Amino acid sequence: MKLQRFKEIALDGTVRQNPTFRLVLGTCPTLALTTAAISCLGMGAAVTFVLICSNIIISLLRNIIPDKVRIPCFIVIIATFVTLVRMFMEAFLPDLYDVLGLFLPLIVVNCIILGRAESFASHNPVLDSACDGLFMGLGFTCAITLMAIVREVLGSGKLFGITLWEGFSIAFFANQAGAFLTFALFIAIFNVCYNAVERKLKHRAAHKAVEAENKAAAEEA
Amino acid sequence: MDIFAIIVAALFADNFVLSRFLGICPFLGVSKKVNSAVGMGIAVTAVMVITCAVCYPLYVYLLVPLGLEYLEILVFILVIASLVQILEMVLKKFSPGLYSAMGIYLPLVTTNCAILGVAELVIGTVAENTEGAFHMVDVIFGHRVNMWYAYSYGSAVVSGLFYGIGFTLAIVLLAGLRQKADKLHVAKALKGFPITMLAACFMAMAFYVFTLV
Repeated sequence: MKLQRFKEIALDGTVRQNPTFRLVLGTCPTLALTTAAISCLGMGAAVTFVLICSNIIISLLRNIIPDKVRIPCFIVIIATFVTLVRMFMEAFLPDLYDVLGLFLPLIVVNCIILGRAESFASHNPVLDSACDGLFMGLGFTCAITLMAIVREVLGSGKLFGITLWEGFSIAFFANQAGAFLTFALFIAIFNVCYNAVERKLKHRAAHKAVEAENKAAAEEA
Repeated sequence: MDIFAIIVAALFADNFVLSRFLGICPFLGVSKKVNSAVGMGIAVTAVMVITCAVCYPLYVYLLVPLGLEYLEILVFILVIASLVQILEMVLKKFSPGLYSAMGIYLPLVTTNCAILGVAELVIGTVAENTEGAFHMVDVIFGHRVNMWYAYSYGSAVVSGLFYGIGFTLAIVLLAGLRQKADKLHVAKALKGFPITMLAACFMAMAFYVFTLV
C-alpha cells in the first residue's frame, strides 16, 4: 500500500468521515455511554477490534460472498467477533462488562461496522480494509471519549473516575436530555471547525496553483 | 412482573428511544415525515413482537438446556434477519397494499438495535441480573438445569409489543416536531442532525418526568 493511500484512509477515518460527527452512525452507544470516559475507552476498543477483524474477514471473502445474501453473511461474521469480545470481557474485565451491559451485544447492529463492511471492505484489498477499520475505530473512540470527558466533568465533577471538584455536578448533563444536547452541540461545532479548515485548505491550494502558474509564465518569458 | 407496570414502563419511563437510547438511527433517519414515521413504527413493533415470541422459546428450551447461552447473539440476530425476510415475503404475497406502505422500512429493521435490544433485554443473559428475576429448576433433555427468568412468556411478548409502541410514540412525536422545525430559520451550523437532536433533547426532558413518578 502506498503512503498516500494510507494517509488518505487515516484522514478519512478520523476526520473527514468521522463516523460519529460526520456520518452520525452508531449513535446509540454514543448517547448512552458518554456519562463516563473510562467506559467509552472500553467501548471504543471493543468496537475497533470488531471493526478491524470483520473488515479483514469480509475483505478476504469479498469475491466469494454472493451479492444477494451479503448482509446476513456480514452480520454473522460481525456477530462472531462480538461474541468473542463479549466472552473475553466477561472473563477478564468483569467491571467493564457490567458497565457496558446491553451495549456490548448491540455492537452487532452498530451501523458503523455494517456500514464499513458494505461500503469499504466488500470492495477493497485486505490491508486497506484493516487500516480503514483501525482508523474508523480510532475516530469513533476519540469522538465518544471527547464527548464523555465533557459530560463527565459537567455532570458529575469527575474525570476518568477521579473527582475534580467536590460536590460539583449539573445533573442535566448526566441524564438523557443532556446526552442529546451535548451530541447536537458537538456535531455543530465539529462541522463549523471542519468547514472552516476545509475552506482555508482550499484557499491555500488555489493560491499555490496561481503562484505556480505565475512562476511558469515568468520562466517562459 | 405486573403487566400494567410493564406497559407504563415500556411506553414512558423506560421508553426505548428516549431513556435507553436504543434505535436512535431510525429515530433520527426516518422521522422527516409523520407518515413514514408511522410506517417505521408499525414495522418495528410487528418485528419486535414476533422476535420476542420466537426467541423466547428458542432461548429457554434450546440454548439454556444445552448450555449454549454464549451463542445468543448469533441466534437472535439470525432469527431477526430471517424473520424480517419472511415477513417481507408474506406481506408481498398476501397484502401488496400494506407491503408498498411498509415494505421499504422492513430491511432497515434488521439492523435496528431496538430489536436486538429487546431480545437481549427481555430474554437474554442480560436479564439475569435485573431485579425481580425468578429462579426455576427444570428438567429438560434429562438434565437438571438452574434457570433465571426475568419474564414469563406472556409478559415477554407483551413487553415486546409495548416497547414497540413506545418506539412508535417517540418517532411519530419527533416527526411532528421536525415538520414544524423545517419551516424555521435556524443557524447554518445547526441545520440537519443538530436541530433534530435538540428537538429530541426537549422530548427526553419531557419523558424524564415519568421516571420521577
